[in-house]
Amino acid sequence: MKIQSQAIPSSDAFKANTKGHLEALEVIRAAAEQAAAGGGEKARERHLSRGKMLPRDRVANLLDPGSPFLEIGATAAHGLYDGVAPAAGVIAGIGRVEGREVMVVCNDATVKGGTYYPMTVKKHLRAQEIAEENHLPCIYLVDSGGANLPNQDEVFPDRDHFGRIFYNQARMSAKGIAQIAVVMGSCTAGGAYVPAMSDVTIIVREQGTIFLAGPPLVKAATGEVVSVEDLGGGDVHTRLSGVADYLAEDDAHALALARRAVRSLVGPENAPFLALPGGADPAYDPAEILGVVPADLRTPYDIREVIARVVDGSWFDEFKPRFGETLVCGFAEVMGVQVGIIANNGVLFSEAAQKGSHFIELCSKRRIPLVFLQNITGFMVGRKYENEGIARHGAKMVTAVASTSVPKITLLVGGSFGAGNYGMAGRAYQPRFLWSWPNSRISVMGGEQAAGVLATVKRDGIERKGGTWSAEEEAEFKRPTVEMFERQAHPLYASARLWDDGCIDPRKTRDILALSLSAALNAPIEETRFGVFRM
Amino acid sequence: MFDTILIANRGEIACRVIRSAQAMGLRCVAVHSDVDAGAAHVAMADTAISLGGAAPADSYLRGDAIIAAAEATGAQAIHPGYGFLSENPDFVEAVEAAGLTFIGPSAKAIRAMGLKDAAKALMEKAGVPVVPGYHGEDQDPARLAQEAERIGYPVMIKAVAGGGGKGMRLVERPEEFADALASAQSEARGAFGNDAVLVEKFVQQPRHIEVQVFGDGNRAVHLFERDCSLQRRHQKVIEEAPAPGMTPQMRAAMGEAAVRAAEAIGYSGAGTVEFIVDGSGGLRSDGFWFMEMNTRLQVEHPVTEAITGVDLVEWQIRVAAGEPLPARQEDLRINGHAFEARLYAEDVPKGFLPATGRLSHLKFPEGVRADSGVRAGDEISPWYDPMIAKLIVHGPTRDVALKRLARAIETCEVAGTVTNLAFLGRLARHAGFAAGEVDTGLIARDIDALTAVPEVSDAVVAEAALALLGLLGPGDAVQGVHLWTPVDRKFDLEQGETAHAATVEVLSRDQRRVTVNGSQILATRVDGQWRFDGQAGHGCITTGHDVTVFADYGQRFTMVDPLERALDASGGSDLVEAPMPGLVRMVTARVGEAVTRGDRLAVLEAMKMEHALQAPRDGIVAEVLVAEGDQVAAGAAVIRLEEETDAPEV
Repeated sequence: MKIQSQAIPSSDAFKANTKGHLEALEVIRAAAEQAAAGGGEKARERHLSRGKMLPRDRVANLLDPGSPFLEIGATAAHGLYDGVAPAAGVIAGIGRVEGREVMVVCNDATVKGGTYYPMTVKKHLRAQEIAEENHLPCIYLVDSGGANLPNQDEVFPDRDHFGRIFYNQARMSAKGIAQIAVVMGSCTAGGAYVPAMSDVTIIVREQGTIFLAGPPLVKAATGEVVSVEDLGGGDVHTRLSGVADYLAEDDAHALALARRAVRSLVGPENAPFLALPGGADPAYDPAEILGVVPADLRTPYDIREVIARVVDGSWFDEFKPRFGETLVCGFAEVMGVQVGIIANNGVLFSEAAQKGSHFIELCSKRRIPLVFLQNITGFMVGRKYENEGIARHGAKMVTAVASTSVPKITLLVGGSFGAGNYGMAGRAYQPRFLWSWPNSRISVMGGEQAAGVLATVKRDGIERKGGTWSAEEEAEFKRPTVEMFERQAHPLYASARLWDDGCIDPRKTRDILALSLSAALNAPIEETRFGVFRM
Repeated sequence: MFDTILIANRGEIACRVIRSAQAMGLRCVAVHSDVDAGAAHVAMADTAISLGGAAPADSYLRGDAIIAAAEATGAQAIHPGYGFLSENPDFVEAVEAAGLTFIGPSAKAIRAMGLKDAAKALMEKAGVPVVPGYHGEDQDPARLAQEAERIGYPVMIKAVAGGGGKGMRLVERPEEFADALASAQSEARGAFGNDAVLVEKFVQQPRHIEVQVFGDGNRAVHLFERDCSLQRRHQKVIEEAPAPGMTPQMRAAMGEAAVRAAEAIGYSGAGTVEFIVDGSGGLRSDGFWFMEMNTRLQVEHPVTEAITGVDLVEWQIRVAAGEPLPARQEDLRINGHAFEARLYAEDVPKGFLPATGRLSHLKFPEGVRADSGVRAGDEISPWYDPMIAKLIVHGPTRDVALKRLARAIETCEVAGTVTNLAFLGRLARHAGFAAGEVDTGLIARDIDALTAVPEVSDAVVAEAALALLGLLGPGDAVQGVHLWTPVDRKFDLEQGETAHAATVEVLSRDQRRVTVNGSQILATRVDGQWRFDGQAGHGCITTGHDVTVFADYGQRFTMVDPLERALDASGGSDLVEAPMPGLVRMVTARVGEAVTRGDRLAVLEAMKMEHALQAPRDGIVAEVLVAEGDQVAAGAAVIRLEEETDAPEV
């Protein structure tokens, strides 16, 4: 049935909430703007003077005009590496090419020559993971000097380091997920394998280069003196080596060739490229989310106010509404795509966990994608709850979330603390996408609680030895922990480390959810086989 | 009366003849060349017969095939239209020999008027005033120069067998005479196989006023005058009737002279007697001289129809069928004023180069007579005249009619080719023209202002930009959605030689922001209609990478296709291409010959003009890709030079 909103847009609370959210939003917006500017004005000018398009223009010219762009990790590496790697030096996201959703990974050579910092690797791998899970063709717009040498220990050797990029390419290619590379600048050393491992490779004349070792290294190694172009330019690779397949005159031509390469791909097995049939707008303006959601995380509110501003026609078919009321479950459509929504409306009790497990089973049987609206302080604690087996019920829900094969999309719309994060499809539970609102906070527990736990342990120790600990001393002890938790729980801190796929403007929740679903539905939904439920 | 006639023509005139004939209940037979098999006139006709290849010599000029077609289809008469065989007396005789009726004058009348000097002598004898000149047979250059001196400079040299401006040269000073003569003779030889010329007085501030006559072989009437002074290089651009500033006395004098001319040769059917008129001091009854008589229906006949209410084609058919003249002179009256503008596919800023292209859209304004031989979807082919239509308007006064003309030109929608609409529109708004100050030099004097590239507003560029990107369509709900930073599309729109830089940001399904040349335009869809900074869009048609916005006479923009640009880059410089569709008149380049930059390699003839194709660089001619007499499309490769090598291979 249609959700009846109780919100009063003219109320002081509504206005105060809006103001608070806008302030939080501004912090993210400024960070995103900084990230999008890449390596700064000078580097951009130098890039342009070489006849190259700026990375964002490359993406724009690759995508269909008007294409949405579901950007991944827009503020990755924010605050890391002394701020020299905006957006981690790579743009990634899902857009449409020839009407088909693709994953674009575009190096930003204005950022330290497009070299790979640890977060660059992580972002590149995350983009590939999304592509692989959702069967999205990958287009790599390569312009990179390879691994960032001062950081080589965190870039090269481990499982999820540089080598994984090529492993993923090979695995995806094997699965029929097209790998297309456009070499628009350097492609050195390990980077040379991006085009070499691709199904189709395009290279720009007198601009793109591919070699395992550049002229200086060649000279050092063998004494051979050779020009960049003769060693691995577009002409060499399309005429002599066969490393690249098409020679482009310039960036625009190269991107047009990449578009043409996408045109020849066969469609996904099960679905139209764009699985958004479209649906009625919500009955309530999605922009009102800023007013209906309290600016302060600790203030409780009805999550249905959010659902009403996300789903088609604000229509929500709520499941088991009278049971386990702190978890709201139900069916709705987002731009015509049916989803099962699981949303927190307070702390999780045993009943809520059982209801959630039941609902996940239901959606899994019906192959309906799940949307988690996460605002959770955790499972209820205390003797009564432990004794009735809340761990057992919570485990059921975690098992269900972990086992289901339907696409999961998780939105952090408030707190994400403790095991609640697991039950509500946190990052470890591999949702296809995980987006955070600017007001959200994530940590193993609240800062106050963590500091309290540490303080209790400390006090116990002091008092066991017969000492005393004043309230002032305790507060002084707790302060750094509280501050550390506050800093680390901020969504920019999380996004910088790719704990999520990015912060989003809450007003765009519906659009971004729709795009996430559309991307997810490129892959067929497999049958679910659950693990053992501890009954 | 006939029951079936054959129309030995194509394009707008064939359609126009068919329209009247069918209205009279006649069956119409069309003839066509291969490339015209799907043309409008074929579709309109009741039957159609194919004549052969695209070149006129292989189709529309094949009199024998046309007569055979008439016989095969039971047509009793042949209407020749204008051009092609319309003034060919041999064809008239062949038609009659086959027992068919030629809808037009007799072979004898055509011959009498065919050679200009003989015609003038004949007219002089009949008491029709003629321009002082030399029409003698002695073609010795010295004699011709001497005659020029006698007539007095400036003089005009004209090919005796000429027409349409070919073999014509204006000579202002005696020392220029010899060169001008040689060039006129060579052109005449090329065009008509006859290099005889005549020399005439050049009339200052000349006006071209012609009188429509109609005869039945004995008697003739006139249907008043038309003023065709708005000409560009002897090509009529806008015609009107009646002539501005015409007095009843002069009209009567000219009309009588024209009737005398027609009756002197026993003229039958529609004909036009052209006069040159001295416009320097107002129109005077002694200030007009016979130029020539066109023994056919003229292109501009609709203006006469508009002011007289007469259907000239209907008259032609009735008189050819043996009926007497349908009206007496005293029955004919002038009602109001009419204009005709000739709408062409031509590139005005590039010197009126004829253009080709597929008409992706063609819409004429309501309430305007548009005589056209093409429809939306038709191709303007390089084989024939690139006329799209004649726009004919009528009004109670010249002032009203002219305003209607200007508005008709402004609201005419053509896409898929460049047109001369802006040029016509400026002429229709020309202050001197509005004041009736017309003479044949008007266009040349103001050519820069008339052909200036129209200033285009940023909003129009914005509309074009969105159209080219396909962003005026319905879109979907997530169009343009992004997290924090939009993916703006930056690109150049080319408009002739000008490039407009545009940045397009899709704000939502119904809103875009376009930055054009530094200024921002907000495009918003309201009730399904796009508005640009609040103003309604002009509407546009997109074909591939081409868009025409129906603002300012149709603004055409192109978005460079990187795939095509790359194609050009890879080997264009070795090719010499035809700049416009035309006929290869001469190929001077020989394979293996070394040429230097600027050397003439070939000569292309288009729209009665000759264009030299020059070597783009020093080099060796590798290949000649055309032969003299070939018809080529714009952009066709004509000559290939050998590839340039930086250094000889060793």
